[in-house]
Amino acid sequence: MTKIMMITKEGEAFLARIQEISGEAITACDQCGTCSGSCPMASEMDITPSEMIRKTQMGQQDVLSTKAMWLCAACFACTVRCPRGIDLSKIAEALRQISLRQAVDHIDIAGIPAPERARLPQIALVGAMRKFTS
Amino acid sequence: MKPTTQTKKRRSTKRDDSPQPVHARSSRTMFPYYPGCTLKTTAQNFEDSALATAAILGIDLVEIPRWNCCGVVSSLVENDRMHHVAPLRNIIRTQEMIAERGGEIESRLVTLCSMCTNTLRRTNLFLKENPEDLEAINDYMSLEDNYEGGVEIVHFLEILRERGFDAVTNKVSNPLEGLNAAAYYGCMLLRPKDIGIDDPEDPTIQENLISALGAAVIDTPYKKMCCGSYQTVQDRYAVAELAYDILTHAQREGAEVIITACPLCAFNLDDRQKEVRERHPDFRSIPVLYFTQLMALAFGLGEDALGFELNSVDPRPLLMAKGLLAPR
Repeated sequence: MTKIMMITKEGEAFLARIQEISGEAITACDQCGTCSGSCPMASEMDITPSEMIRKTQMGQQDVLSTKAMWLCAACFACTVRCPRGIDLSKIAEALRQISLRQAVDHIDIAGIPAPERARLPQIALVGAMRKFTS
Repeated sequence: MKPTTQTKKRRSTKRDDSPQPVHARSSRTMFPYYPGCTLKTTAQNFEDSALATAAILGIDLVEIPRWNCCGVVSSLVENDRMHHVAPLRNIIRTQEMIAERGGEIESRLVTLCSMCTNTLRRTNLFLKENPEDLEAINDYMSLEDNYEGGVEIVHFLEILRERGFDAVTNKVSNPLEGLNAAAYYGCMLLRPKDIGIDDPEDPTIQENLISALGAAVIDTPYKKMCCGSYQTVQDRYAVAELAYDILTHAQREGAEVIITACPLCAFNLDDRQKEVRERHPDFRSIPVLYFTQLMALAFGLGEDALGFELNSVDPRPLLMAKGLLAPR
């Protein structure tokens, strides 16, 4: 049975936007799954990294409500292994930017218990603020 | 801590016709040095042990003045010029120091923290490859001198490698015999490929150092796997699971200590062992040291250089039991 997948006009615009912010050729992905196999956070994610890129290719904007894009810590394990030369960490960053550019932060620093906050080194706090705030 | 003029003194040698071992060369080398924020707080033991061991190797690391935070992580957005400003300011401070000190200092900025290394190198590479972006950022930073593109960023491990690890061995007075040490690289020393200091899939630089210090190298498949990085702020148990995998795989191969070059990896692998134990009661703790602390130990340096009191899992009982550290 043939299954035809359609990309909507809005979907096309979304894909173009993510390509523009990330600078990556998202449509070059063949879905080989190397990124998902390399990702140390994959087991914590709701969708795998290869699903993240597939949804983006197809213009499915519900990718923006996934946990996966926030759990990518930009470790570049997928980047160095992608046989198509795609830097998925840049795509995850672009997806996060769509959300952060609405001035919606993804971190609640005040909600972190004070003893835990005192324990965290600056390198962790600055890194988290850079990735989770607009 | 700053090098004094005595570092420039040259011992007069009697006759110079015989080849000399590396350690007998009398000249010292001075490098501009960027510490980064965390080396002044939770990773003060990284800086202390690095400056002390570098000095023994004839390397004087001179802190650049008025440095600022590198930003920890690079922006991965295309053409995001703004986030190159913070790393670039540090590179301009370096350019100024090189100009002021003429030929007496190297034109390479030495870093210790993996994350600082990565952000500074990324910005430096981006600006060298994109002259139009460099021009725009130079124009924007109108109160600063223009960056001319002449600074290189090198990690301290690369300096050790280029001088040869034999030079390190020559300074070892307390060979770490009988100690099983695993190298942990994490991400920022190795990736992306054009930024990393070693082969991203098969790095050896820290293993070579471990061997040079007389310890046994333990290989572990998780040495390049991410520790979770800044996710530790919001999701510490996800990070603890990664730490559990990284640490227990090294232990299964026989590791007794793990070395790292990153204060964030050190936090996630060392301090987060508390969270690891909450989730995995069978977990046995393992000390995580900066590679420079292992060097300081092998060089026979004292407590000021070792700084073990800042390590969350105290390595001293193990090192004393092995006869590598004198009982207090």
